[in-house]
Amino acid sequence: MAEQSTVTFIITRQDGPDSAPYEETFEIPYRKNMNVISGLMEIRQNPVNAKGEKSTPVMWDMNCLEEVCGACSMVINGTARQSCAALVDQLEQPIRLEPMSTFPVIRDLIVDRERMFDALKQVKAWIPIDGTHDLGPGPRMPEKKRQWAYELSKCMTCGVCLEACPNVNDKSNFIGPAAISQARLFNAHPTGEMNQSDRLNGLMEDGGIDGCGNSQNCVQVCPKGIPLTTSIAAMNRATNIQAFKNFFGSDNAH
Amino acid sequence: MAEHREFFYRRLHSLLGVVPIGLFMVQHLVINHFAVYGEESFNRAAGFMAGLPFVLLLEIFVIYLPILFHAILGVYIVFVARNNTRTYGFFRNWMFRLQRITGIVTLVFIAWHVWETRVQIGLGNVDLDYSLMEGILTNPFMFWFYVIGVVSAVFHFANGLWSFLVTWGITQSPKSQKIATYAVIVVFFAISYLGVRTLIQFAYGV
Repeated sequence: MAEQSTVTFIITRQDGPDSAPYEETFEIPYRKNMNVISGLMEIRQNPVNAKGEKSTPVMWDMNCLEEVCGACSMVINGTARQSCAALVDQLEQPIRLEPMSTFPVIRDLIVDRERMFDALKQVKAWIPIDGTHDLGPGPRMPEKKRQWAYELSKCMTCGVCLEACPNVNDKSNFIGPAAISQARLFNAHPTGEMNQSDRLNGLMEDGGIDGCGNSQNCVQVCPKGIPLTTSIAAMNRATNIQAFKNFFGSDNAH
Repeated sequence: MAEHREFFYRRLHSLLGVVPIGLFMVQHLVINHFAVYGEESFNRAAGFMAGLPFVLLLEIFVIYLPILFHAILGVYIVFVARNNTRTYGFFRNWMFRLQRITGIVTLVFIAWHVWETRVQIGLGNVDLDYSLMEGILTNPFMFWFYVIGVVSAVFHFANGLWSFLVTWGITQSPKSQKIATYAVIVVFFAISYLGVRTLIQFAYGV
């Protein structure tokens, strides 16, 4: 079998948050079982572009290298995914790398995903358990519920669903699918459920769940296979009920 | 409600699309289908609708205001989307895009259609009868304009019905959403037939 000797990367680079993006091509020696990150490491070792000019190392974000942390998301050959799990042997050449366009670029392939953390704050995606005294153990969670809630807990805030969503962009304030699913996760928890109205009201704020246009790209692209559209539909129902409670009801606490 | 204004407007937008606008559209096409049974039959049905008590109030609150709200917010919704079917060519993403395209086409069509029929009738320039539509639709260009307009409107309604079911949290599971997809495909073809059949009757008398 004829082994190919080089791998070509065409990388969209950007020197800083405010500078203009440009493309640079790199050719690196091929090794067996390479992933995109090992290619980027090769470039870092010897930052010479395809024209033979000395360049600077391409910057990217990474952490776990096993598709669990979500840090290394980028657009690879047009589709957003994790670069650690993108195997060179399975990619069409030349391999085009771009930063995710939904987020502000910090440098090269590194983007600022802060809006995702702001979204988690908007929906209060945590469980308040701190008190001035020992609150004791919380209620138990039914096993069947735990099983589907566990799937939701796999979200790694990687940003791929936001990148694929046509309604998450600089013209709209939509928070995106990830935070909506997280609100469902924490509302499913027996202790978290005690604050469910806070999360639902967060989802109803401007830029909240109403920004969803049902393109359902998110569920197709999610690297963790999270049922995002089921979560969105479930939160649609829950927020509608909460909205009626807020307006007609007398019990606003829950 | 004030602090959740955007949420409220979007939910209202979804609701109005089905009740009353969707219901009105189906009713409108059913009444028009009387044309297929003959000129006399159409004139009687249209005359009955036009002679409903408080017809202007009914029109304003059941048709004009809901459509105006749905259209204005709808154009905004079209504007804030960044379509990406080229990269993510999934079925639902195409439906998302088509929903926006047919929305704009339908808006243009309705604006022209209302101007040409209801406004002209209101101004006393023409009479509401079979020959009005016959006169418009025997022109092949207008016939095809109407076909595209009606099919767009029906698509927008059928696909909107699917989104309505999700937005109101009725279809949550992937399976129920899939069955809803099949159901609205049936709705699309059935109501499209109703509308286009009537247009053919007016245009070609068959």
